Amino acid sequence: MTEPLEETQDTAAWEAEGWRGWARCAGGIIWREGLRFLQQKERFLSALVRPLVWLFIFAAGFRAVLGLSIIEPYETYVLYEVYVVPGLCAMIQLFQGMQSSLSMVYDRETGAMRSMLISPYPRWFLLFSKLLASTAVSTLQVYAFLAIAWAWGIEPPRLGFLAVLPALILSGMMLGAIGLFLSSTVRQLENFAGVMNFVIFPMFFASSALYPLWRIKEGSPLLYDIARTNPFTHAVELVRHALYLKHNPDALAVVILAGIAFFGAAVWAYDPARGVMARRRG
Amino acid sequence: MAAPALEIEGLGHSFGERRVLEDVSLTVKAGSFTALLGVNGAGKTTLFNLVTRLYDAREGRIAVCGHDIKRAPEAALGRLGVVFQSRALDPNLTVAQNFLYQGALHGLPREEARSRGAALMAGMGLHDAMETKLRALSGGQARRAEIAAALLHRPRLLLSDEATAGLDIQARAALVENMHRLTAEEGVGVLWATHLVDEILPQDLVIALHKGRVVARDSAAAIAGEGSLADAFLALTGAAEAAAE
Repeated sequence: MTEPLEETQDTAAWEAEGWRGWARCAGGIIWREGLRFLQQKERFLSALVRPLVWLFIFAAGFRAVLGLSIIEPYETYVLYEVYVVPGLCAMIQLFQGMQSSLSMVYDRETGAMRSMLISPYPRWFLLFSKLLASTAVSTLQVYAFLAIAWAWGIEPPRLGFLAVLPALILSGMMLGAIGLFLSSTVRQLENFAGVMNFVIFPMFFASSALYPLWRIKEGSPLLYDIARTNPFTHAVELVRHALYLKHNPDALAVVILAGIAFFGAAVWAYDPARGVMARRRG
Repeated sequence: MAAPALEIEGLGHSFGERRVLEDVSLTVKAGSFTALLGVNGAGKTTLFNLVTRLYDAREGRIAVCGHDIKRAPEAALGRLGVVFQSRALDPNLTVAQNFLYQGALHGLPREEARSRGAALMAGMGLHDAMETKLRALSGGQARRAEIAAALLHRPRLLLSDEATAGLDIQARAALVENMHRLTAEEGVGVLWATHLVDEILPQDLVIALHKGRVVARDSAAAIAGEGSLADAFLALTGAAEAAAE
């Protein structure tokens, strides 16, 4: 074995490119995710149809049943459709995070993911770029949904569309990180249905997306406690407050901390030395 | 003196209780074509997974162009190109789009990835395929695109894991010829994993792997001796099994 390591004949491409190479790598991963998304028009439509069905049908039906008192961040009584929109924005991000996770499991099964994992850039950076890509796609979906909701008469403050952007990025990254971690634990594509049943639906329904927490508390204190600790609740509240130009430091802290924790778990799981990849037969 | 393209020393690996690699040592020199010959289940794919750092080796050392894969993974992986057994390019993207993505993973500018990819494709006889979706290419053409993608960043070592799987005999022969030409022209060290002896030329260095152990290491002509490489390989693997029993 050559010891100490001898210098090679030339410099590898990525070394010669410096910081531009890092930017190109992240840009390439985001570009490919966007290209994939645009090529799958049915994916774009289904991503929009899902929250619109909730908004147009579910919310219209429940308007009469679910009266809402004045709660933060609203300054007056609001219709149920108005209340449910931020939750549906977060739902889009939740499903996009899982969709991205699903595509990683698919890529792993077909072998396409290996070309990403043998990139010379550190694995945490590749996963972070993947997270950025997923967040970029989900943010576009959310804005498309908000535009339709606006046309439907749900009109948050105009500045709210700008203020909600950082909240969408943070919540999108946190939900994407959950998906990323899950993709490392799901062995086969067929097992992904379990993720829907055991992760997505419980996260969505045990949250403040569809009904305010005080309503949940009235019905079930246990469910209230679960919803309060559910990071998805905090993603919803972060988006809701930002959309109405209010700050929610608790939600912000939980979203950031949960995002870091899940991303750290994903990096660990994809680590060649320690994580589940090392235990899984290649 | 330049370090070898690939240097493996005392490599061992297990999945649970099952031993899949045992004390494997080999060297691939720059600009040489080395065949890694072994039947299915010999440990070739595991060896490749360790060299590409899909997961870490627990025993032994791997160095690409002198860079230890564990201590300096970025330097090692930056000098490595891989053609996987399964398709790694996106069938829904064009060849050019795939090259842009693969190039980006190595920090290449888009123009460079495109022009280098086009030149590599032309060198392999595919002049007009850049704007074709990968799924529209034949198996042999897609394989050549995979090889071009693996060479975009000018690696010093190319690993090929059963790259001819699923191809007809003519496509296989053309691909092997291409690989030998690239080895000479680009000065790339190639480790060509296969279980098909007809892909190996007499002058190629052969490393025969059987049940995770290296059972022979010499030129194909020397291993074959008076007979055929296939017979010699069967004799070697039979002898290895008898010794194990």
